[in-house]
Amino acid sequence: MANHANAMSKVKILVVGDSGVGKSSLVHLMCHGEALSNSSWTIGCSIEVRVHEYREGTPSQKPYFIELWDVGGSNSHKNARHVFYNPVHGIILVHDLTNRKSQLNLRRWLAEVLLREGSGSKARTPLVEDFDAEQFGGFSQLPVFVVGTKQDQISEYRTSGRVRSCSLADECSADEIYVNSHDQRSLAPGSSNAVKLSRFFDKVIERQQTTTTTTARTDTGYSYLERENSMYRRNKSTSAFISMG
Amino acid sequence: MGILVDSAIMIGSMLIFFVGGWVWFVRKIFRDYEVHNTLVQLFFPMIFMLSCAMFELIIFEIAAVLESGSRYLYWQVVLYLMLVMLILVIPFYLCHCIISNIRMVRREWVNLLAMVTWGGFMMCFWKIGDPFPILSPQHGILSIEQSISRIGVIGVTVMASLSGFGAVNYPYTSMNIFMRPVTKQDIQAQERRLMQTLDVIVNKKKRVALAERERGITKDGGSSGSGSRLWGLLRSVTTSSPQGESLAAIKQEVAALEELSRQLFLESVELQNQRERLEWAHTFQGRFFNFMGYFFSIYCSWKIFISLVNIVFDRVGRKDPVTKGMEIAVHWLGFDIDVQFWSQHTSFFLVGCIIVTSIRGFILTLTRFFYAVSSSKSSNIIVLVLAQLMGMYFVSMVMLMRMNMPLEYRTIITQVLGDLQFHFYHRWFDVIFLVSALTTMGILYLAHKQVNTSDKTESFYEPKW
Repeated sequence: MANHANAMSKVKILVVGDSGVGKSSLVHLMCHGEALSNSSWTIGCSIEVRVHEYREGTPSQKPYFIELWDVGGSNSHKNARHVFYNPVHGIILVHDLTNRKSQLNLRRWLAEVLLREGSGSKARTPLVEDFDAEQFGGFSQLPVFVVGTKQDQISEYRTSGRVRSCSLADECSADEIYVNSHDQRSLAPGSSNAVKLSRFFDKVIERQQTTTTTTARTDTGYSYLERENSMYRRNKSTSAFISMG
Repeated sequence: MGILVDSAIMIGSMLIFFVGGWVWFVRKIFRDYEVHNTLVQLFFPMIFMLSCAMFELIIFEIAAVLESGSRYLYWQVVLYLMLVMLILVIPFYLCHCIISNIRMVRREWVNLLAMVTWGGFMMCFWKIGDPFPILSPQHGILSIEQSISRIGVIGVTVMASLSGFGAVNYPYTSMNIFMRPVTKQDIQAQERRLMQTLDVIVNKKKRVALAERERGITKDGGSSGSGSRLWGLLRSVTTSSPQGESLAAIKQEVAALEELSRQLFLESVELQNQRERLEWAHTFQGRFFNFMGYFFSIYCSWKIFISLVNIVFDRVGRKDPVTKGMEIAVHWLGFDIDVQFWSQHTSFFLVGCIIVTSIRGFILTLTRFFYAVSSSKSSNIIVLVLAQLMGMYFVSMVMLMRMNMPLEYRTIITQVLGDLQFHFYHRWFDVIFLVSALTTMGILYLAHKQVNTSDKTESFYEPKW
C-alpha cells in the first residue's frame, strides 16, 4: 500500500482567506464529507488529503491526490507563512458572506501568495495594495476558485436576499460557490457546488501536468512569480502565454 | 449672549471629536470587519468625544477661555453623560452582547439574562468601593462622588499597569543589547525542519486516505444483495481489524506530528520577528529609539525608585512640577520672572503635552491590542470593552492630572469631581506601577533566558550540513 501511495500523482492547492472565515471547516467538509465539530484557530498550516478521480466517467479516469493546505490567516503570523506558498498548483480563496471586508481582502491574499512578499531574505517586492487582475492574468495561469462561507447566516444580516458576487472572481475568470460548512448537503455529490469543485480540481491537475514537463527549479528562494516571469520572457515571441511541452 | 457663543464653541468642538473618533474606529480599528450593529459603532466615538471634551475643558480652564460659569456647566454636562454611559449603558449592552453570543441560550431569555447579569455587575461595582478608603462618610448614596471614586479605582489600575508595562517594555524592545542575533541559516534551517515535518504528515494522510477509499470501494462492491451484505459485514469485522488498528495508530502519529509542526511554525514566526527587529535597528528610526532607550531606562529606574520611596515614606501633598520649577527658578537660580504669567503658560504647555501624548499613546496601544485579540465573533464585545476602558482611563487621568496643575487651576477639578481622597489615588497608582513594572521585568527576564538557552541547545545538536 505504501508503494501505491507514492506512485499516485499529487497536486497541491492552497486554501487562503482572512482569519475566522471558515477555511478549516470547509476543508474538513471537502475531505471527510462531514462538518467539523471543534473548530479552533489554525496555527501555521493544516493539511488534508483527498483522492480525486481525474476525468471521472471517461476512459482516461485516473485517481489523484489533492493536498489541501489550509493556511492560518492571523496577521501576526504573516512573516513566516511564505514557506507554504511554494510550489502551488491552485488557489482556493475563502471569504465570509456575512463580512464584506473579508471579500475585499481577497485581493491582498492573492497578491501575498503570488508575490511572496513575506519572505524578506531577498529584496522586498513592493506591496501591491490594489492587485491588478490583468497583471494576474498575464503572469500566471494558476487556477483560482472562490468560496463564500456561512451562507446560512446571511439572512440575519442582510435584508436583500441577493449577495453581490465577488468582483475578483470575475476578473480572474474563476468559479464561485456559496456553502454552509456545517451542512453536508452543500457539497453533496451531484450538486452544482460539487460539480464546480471537481471541475476546478480537474483544471488544476491539467495545469500541473503541463508544467511538470518543464525544467522545474527547486525552491532556492525564487518566488513563483519570478519563475513564471522568466518562463514568460523566454517565450516573448508569442503574445499569449503558451503552455510548455 | 456669552453663553450662546460658548455653547456653540463647545458643541462644535465636540462634533469634531465625534467625527474624529468615528473615522478612527472605522478606518483603523474595525478595518477587517463589517459593522452589523450601528449602536456599538456609536458608543465608541461617543466616549472618545466625551473624553476629549473633558481635556478641552481643562485646557480652557488654564488658558481662561470661555466664562467660568459656562465652563462649570459644561463640566457637569460632560461628566454626567460620561457616568451614565460608563455605568448604565455600556455594561448593559456588554452583557447583552456576551449572552447573545453564547449558543446555548434561547432568544427569549437573552434580555432577561442581560438584566440579571447587569444587576450582578452593579453589585460588584458597588463592592469595589468597600476595601478602599476613598470616601469621606458625609457623602450620600447617590452622589456623584460614589461613582467617580469607583471608576477612579479601576481607571487608575489600568493606567498604572499600562505605564509600568510600557516603562519596562520600551527599553527592552528598542535597545540593541537585548536583541538576539539571528542569521539567515537559522531561519532556513527552521523552515526546512517545518517542511520536512509537513511532508511526513502529508504522506501519512495519503495512506489513510487511500485505505479509507479502498474500504469504501469494497463496501460498495459488496453491498449488492442481502447475502453479500452479511458476508461483507463478516469480512469487514475480520479483515479490517489489523488494518483498522494500523490506521488508528497512523492517525495518532499524525496528531502528534501536527502538534510538532505548529510548534515549529511558531518558532519560525519568532525567528522572523527577531530578524525584522534587527533590520529595524539598523534604520535611522531604530538607532534613534535605541539612543532614547538609554535615557528612558534611566527615567524608568528613577520612577520605580521614587514610587518605592513614596510608598515607604508615605509622602503626601507633592507640589506640582510647575510650581516647583518656578520656585527653583526664582529662589535658587535668581531669575526675576513674572510668576503668574509664566506659571499659566508653562502649565498650559505641560498639561497639553501630557494630554496629547497620552491620547496618542493610548490610541496606538488600543489599536494594536484590538488587532491582536479580536476575531470575527467577538469583535463587538471587544469594542465595547475597549470603550469602557477608555472612558475609565480618561476619567482617572483627569483625576491624576490635578496634581500636575498649580493650585489655582485645581479648584475646578475639585469642584466638579467632588471632594475625593486624591492622595489615595496617587498612592494606589504608585503601588500598581511598581507591581506592574516588576512583574514585566520578571516575565521578560524569564522569556529572554528561556529563548537563549533553547538556542544554545539547538545549535549544539544541529548536524553541520
